[in-house]
Amino acid sequence: MATTADTFQAHPDEHFDHDADHKPGFFARWFMSTNHKDIGTLYLLFAVFAGIVGGAISGIMRMELQEPGIQYLGWWVEFIGGGPSDFDKAGHMWNVLITAHGLIMVFFMVMPAMIGGFGNWFVPLMIGAPDMAFPRMNNVSFWLTAAGFVSLMISAFVPGGTGLGAGTGWTVYAPLSTSGSVGPAVDFAIFSLHLAGAGSILGATNFITTIFNMRAPGMTLHKMPLFVWSVLVTAFLLLLSLPVLAAAITMLITDRNFGTTFFDPAGGGDPVLYQHLFWFFGHPEVYIMILPGFGIISQIVATFSRKPVFGYLGMAYAMVAIGVIGFVVWAHHMYTTGLDVNTKMYFTAATMVIAVPTGIKIFSWIATMWGGSLEFKSPLVWALGFIFLFTVGGVTGVVLANGGVDDNLHDTYYVVAHFHYVLSMGAVFSIFAGLYYWFPKMTGRWHSELLAHIHFWLFFIGVNVIFFPMHFLGMNGMARRYPDYTPAFAYWNEIASIGYWIMAASMVVFFVNVTWAFLAGRRAEGNYWGAGATTLEWSLSSPPPFHQFSTLPVIEDHHSHHNHIGGRPSGPAAAH
Amino acid sequence: MASAPLARRNLRVGLLAALAALAMLGLGFAAVPLYRLFCQVTGFGGTTQRATLADADLAAQIAGSAGGRVISIRFDANLANDVPWSFRPRQVTDRVAIGERDMAVFEAHNLSDQPVTGTATFNVEPEQAGRYFNKIQCFCFTEQTLQPGQSVAMPVLYYVDPAALSDPLMRDVEQITLSYTFHRQAGS
Repeated sequence: MATTADTFQAHPDEHFDHDADHKPGFFARWFMSTNHKDIGTLYLLFAVFAGIVGGAISGIMRMELQEPGIQYLGWWVEFIGGGPSDFDKAGHMWNVLITAHGLIMVFFMVMPAMIGGFGNWFVPLMIGAPDMAFPRMNNVSFWLTAAGFVSLMISAFVPGGTGLGAGTGWTVYAPLSTSGSVGPAVDFAIFSLHLAGAGSILGATNFITTIFNMRAPGMTLHKMPLFVWSVLVTAFLLLLSLPVLAAAITMLITDRNFGTTFFDPAGGGDPVLYQHLFWFFGHPEVYIMILPGFGIISQIVATFSRKPVFGYLGMAYAMVAIGVIGFVVWAHHMYTTGLDVNTKMYFTAATMVIAVPTGIKIFSWIATMWGGSLEFKSPLVWALGFIFLFTVGGVTGVVLANGGVDDNLHDTYYVVAHFHYVLSMGAVFSIFAGLYYWFPKMTGRWHSELLAHIHFWLFFIGVNVIFFPMHFLGMNGMARRYPDYTPAFAYWNEIASIGYWIMAASMVVFFVNVTWAFLAGRRAEGNYWGAGATTLEWSLSSPPPFHQFSTLPVIEDHHSHHNHIGGRPSGPAAAH
Repeated sequence: MASAPLARRNLRVGLLAALAALAMLGLGFAAVPLYRLFCQVTGFGGTTQRATLADADLAAQIAGSAGGRVISIRFDANLANDVPWSFRPRQVTDRVAIGERDMAVFEAHNLSDQPVTGTATFNVEPEQAGRYFNKIQCFCFTEQTLQPGQSVAMPVLYYVDPAALSDPLMRDVEQITLSYTFHRQAGS
């Protein structure tokens, strides 16, 4: 898009309206796409696919953990071609599964859905831009991510030391990932992170440029919708943290293959340095996964309360604060590596400080709903689930932030429960909330609200039955990352596994709903949520035209920053 | 508002962002020497200090005037899996006045029928003792080669800095463990 804003205005509207819905052929449209909405769709489809794979893997894990002993891992060893199974290979298979589950869900499900999917779809729409700043780079970002997923899949079928696949955990700690895993599997897994990371850095650059340069006239930073703010902060976190991961895993590659000793004490290196580098990336990464969710929830809560969001500036700068503090708390993942008491004290205090901006967000959502005319449509129900369950995960997070308490709970199921409450319930609930909020906007077809509610209740019950008992298991000392446990832990493990099947049933409802929408769904109008939905995407048709905002919408001054449909956009939709 | 064409402004912001990413990549690699420096300066992670004989004399004088207390030192010897030696301290614990110079002896014996060269890594526990644990001479400063069947006694000359006496974090430290691990030199 080399056209300037001036040239846009120099052309008469009708010229663009005529071309607005002209789409290229199938291959050019979906494989060489430079259209932000099509790339967003590709990201969402990719995330759904990766989510099915990652979710199926957690199914294998919950089956294995349903009762003590090792029941199913041997079968999987032979299934992926690892030859006759034995105890060590079965254990390695478990490591491969947890590694794949973590990497897929983090890098190939949550991030593509939130940033690549909703970010690409709605950031340009919400700021009144015709597309992203670098549309071709946008395409490169997506295919790098897809190639990364392929590399991770390949790693499961090549030797990784004890058996096939990379069994290092998603953290890829040395020395397990260096001298502890012979064979190309870990190299493929690391390469997969390189590819996905490069894709995300390019994407982050694209979002930052788009948001800084391509906002419609009148839309100042302090008038941007909160979802755009959340993506902006996320993009900065990606830009500053992912290169550090890239450096760390590049050093892993050279330690593995080229005789360097960055993390090998025999040559003067230090494996703990890897952990510092990894978590310098890893902690901002957890905010990367949740901040766009915060943005989505803010849009939804405001829409269905028919009120502007409470404390807009506080909400925006709370996200900035979370992003900034997120960079200086990384060692709370490393309390048991032998930090002295002063260091622990600092990281404990700094970590707890994050509860303040997070609290600002939670209370502002509640204050937005307070006195609002609430409409319990499916997006709001998912958003309420998010607020409730994310807070539960936040509370256990404050518990774990204590260096002294963490000495006891580190690497137990309490930690697993904590981060699944903020991710599997926090991030995933916000993804589903966003999906039901924008599905008719993206497809032009209505999903069934009834099925969406059934999906919500089954999913809500399912994930709570899976993860709440893990608090008990963790406090009783059940360690993460083992396929077997003492029979004392059998009771709650069986219940957690039953929860998995409830959750899985809810996903069936979800896919039925999506199928139903495409086959028989009502057509959606432009602003189907009514007066509460005030951001610019609602001024367009559903689905929006292939090219939008050929004439930039003007945001007028006398409108509050929550109400972005000031000047009627004279884009294609307005012409209909 | 802005006069430059959009494509130019986009390129500028995009390149600035790319520059920031490259800077962080550089910082990731720079972390390796920085981390080493940080550990040496602060004794982080139980990194011990090196001292000269003159430092040691000065420390002894300071300790003498401060009426230093006695602390227990525990010696620990380990071998990486591929080092075919035996390696142990002659004396497992020793008691030494803070500030006073002391010598510990470790014994190594090559059990194999070929010469083996190793380097010892080291640290101390508890970690806050690292910055006060000074080595004047140590077998760990250089490579050690043992001929087939050879036995050697390897000395460490050390003292605990009397500055430890005024550090509140060292107040309830009654024993410092000095630990060594021999790694095989690549190719030997």
